[in-house]
Amino acid sequence: MFAKMRKTLTRLAVRKPNRRNQEMFAKTRKTLTRLAMAACFSTVAVVAQASTELTMYYPVAVGGPLTKIVDGLVADFMKENPDIKANAIYAGNYNDARIKALAALKAGEPAQLSVMFSIDIYELIEQDAIVAFDDIVSTSEEKAWLESFYPTLMQNGRTAGKTWGIPFQRSTIVMYYNKDAFRAAGLDPENPPATWNELVEVGKKLTKADGSQWGAMIPSTGYPYWMFGALTMQNDQVLMNNAGDTTYFDAPATVEALEFWKNLGSKHKVMPEGTIEWGTLRKNFLEGKTAIMWHSTGNLTVVKKKAKFDFGVAMLPASKRRGTPTGGGNFYIFKKTTPEERVAAMKLIKFMTSPERSAEWSMKTGYMGVSPAAYETQKLQDYVKGFPYAAVARDQLEFATAELSTFQTGRVRKLLDDAIQAALTGSKTPAAALQEAQAQAKRLLKPYR
Amino acid sequence: MHQSPSNAMRHVYGWLLLTPAAILLIAFTHFPTLATIYESSFSKGNLIRPSRFIGITNYESMLEDPIFWKVLINNFWFAVGTIPASVALAIAMALLVNRALPGRPFLRLAYFTPTILPMIAVANIWLFFYSPDIGLIDQILGWFGFPGHNWLGDPATVLPAIIVMTIWKEAGFFMIFYLAALQNLPPELEEAAKLEGASRWYYFRRVIFPLLMPTTLFVLINAVLNSFKLVDHLFVLTKGGPNNASNLLLYYIYENAFSYFDTNYAATLTVVLLAILAVVALAQFFLFDRRIHYR
Repeated sequence: MFAKMRKTLTRLAVRKPNRRNQEMFAKTRKTLTRLAMAACFSTVAVVAQASTELTMYYPVAVGGPLTKIVDGLVADFMKENPDIKANAIYAGNYNDARIKALAALKAGEPAQLSVMFSIDIYELIEQDAIVAFDDIVSTSEEKAWLESFYPTLMQNGRTAGKTWGIPFQRSTIVMYYNKDAFRAAGLDPENPPATWNELVEVGKKLTKADGSQWGAMIPSTGYPYWMFGALTMQNDQVLMNNAGDTTYFDAPATVEALEFWKNLGSKHKVMPEGTIEWGTLRKNFLEGKTAIMWHSTGNLTVVKKKAKFDFGVAMLPASKRRGTPTGGGNFYIFKKTTPEERVAAMKLIKFMTSPERSAEWSMKTGYMGVSPAAYETQKLQDYVKGFPYAAVARDQLEFATAELSTFQTGRVRKLLDDAIQAALTGSKTPAAALQEAQAQAKRLLKPYR
Repeated sequence: MHQSPSNAMRHVYGWLLLTPAAILLIAFTHFPTLATIYESSFSKGNLIRPSRFIGITNYESMLEDPIFWKVLINNFWFAVGTIPASVALAIAMALLVNRALPGRPFLRLAYFTPTILPMIAVANIWLFFYSPDIGLIDQILGWFGFPGHNWLGDPATVLPAIIVMTIWKEAGFFMIFYLAALQNLPPELEEAAKLEGASRWYYFRRVIFPLLMPTTLFVLINAVLNSFKLVDHLFVLTKGGPNNASNLLLYYIYENAFSYFDTNYAATLTVVLLAILAVVALAQFFLFDRRIHYR
């Protein structure tokens, strides 16, 4: 076989260029020249029109045609601002977006702004990559704009007395429940569990002995720390301080929250033991394998489209209070930008987070409107009237807290993730696992205090 | 010694021919390797403390890092679990589809299909196989009255589950090499064995298997490399969890470099990975080469 191939290759190599080939070359060359000329002209045309060019990376973390929606918004922006050319580049999930944006910056490629994970703030500050919005805004109108968002959504974007991130694709955790399953178990479908005790009671009634239906599922892969942030907040305990240099992983209320999570599986038997997969949970819920799931509001539109049963959405239940962390992506402006680029970037961010656009974005995805004004727009009010569950995430904001974010955030987050999984799978007790994580987090954060 | 000009020209000519390949190798293999070793001797820099030379401190802290040992042990079991099984399965499948069977092309294609699929796609398929209650495996177990199991959520079963998936993915690829080798075996050998009255097993053990040794060496080296290189499925299936029960060395390197931005520690781990691969490859060449009969 090889011998044959070699022969063919040799034959190909020694073949002399014949006339037809030469003609083809000439033709190609002509076409190329023409193309190059056309390119020159069109560049001139663009330059005449656009004085500032912006490049922005953005992530997509849940399924659905989100890239099209973002592209549409950016196209609308350019129609309104013909002097700015904006390139929105889809960059994978939150992790990928951060890697790509930072790599582009390091390589000297232009990127003026990006949507990145709201909890990347400390890492970006530490890398000296971003600039605070306080240093860009000048007019009193712009200063007022900084205050126009939900304060809870600003928590992950503010530290050291400055604002570094503007909320864009933001979410909270909500409780999805199967009303048909509630009816079948003799429960009131309009009265979902509002406390931890009720969750256990209701869960026991919903769990079938043959394993065909579980009472509740809280995902513990992918983003365990996020779900845990909800449980601890419900137990009236935050996971870290505002400066991002201290964690409270071994506080008694934190340990109690993890014990409750574990007990749902091992003691109360309303949830499968071990870890529960983030990626397949929605399918579990849609197939009726669990009557209740905790998940991001970013899933709302998909669940609405695909559920074949009557479903409800409620705030997460309370222990001492209600609670959930916020989640999702913020706008950041990079430090290596000219004043003109910063002005243009501000225009783009203002456009994307304006009440009208934010309302449109929320309806199409399930993410939250980022300001009270977004929910006052006519179209979102109409939408909420027809589909009240679209407002659950907003109503829950009142009880929400920041998502876990510290210096060395990747490592600290992983410590907590590992502790949670070790406890849920029974390889360590909740108290021991969390104490270990706290000790290591303390060591990591020591230089920042 | 005086060299004739034509002889010198021949050397220049030879080096010129080697240059393109050498440039590529140096730029994309040798230079990055040296850069990695250099990087591994610096500390992680940040605004407060810029990166500085710290010698072997990264290696010392690596030895004290329990997760490093955990991923190393996981990787060992992953290799032990996947390599012999996928090679044995590949030989068995190759012997099967080498015989005259009705529908042989389809059988060959069926065995080869997992290899064509990208690892990410495979992992997405198996994610639903393994998912508790709704997954294919639990549904089949359910018909026989077994209770469901949380395959990927239990530290005791997550690594075996990933090993099984990897064997399924790899065996078809190795089969192709064995199939090619089998078809190169002269048919006289089988006739001779039959005339001598050798049993099929004896014929396999004494004739086929020794003649397949060059292929086995090639396949083994590939299998060992893959057991360290293949981590795509972890991104989809487990992210190394629960609690690092399925974490492998290369995935841990990725986490350090891109989740924790600790490129220096990632470089340290990479040096270890390179050292392991080099030692294993060299050992295979030296140990096996002597026993292999090349025709």
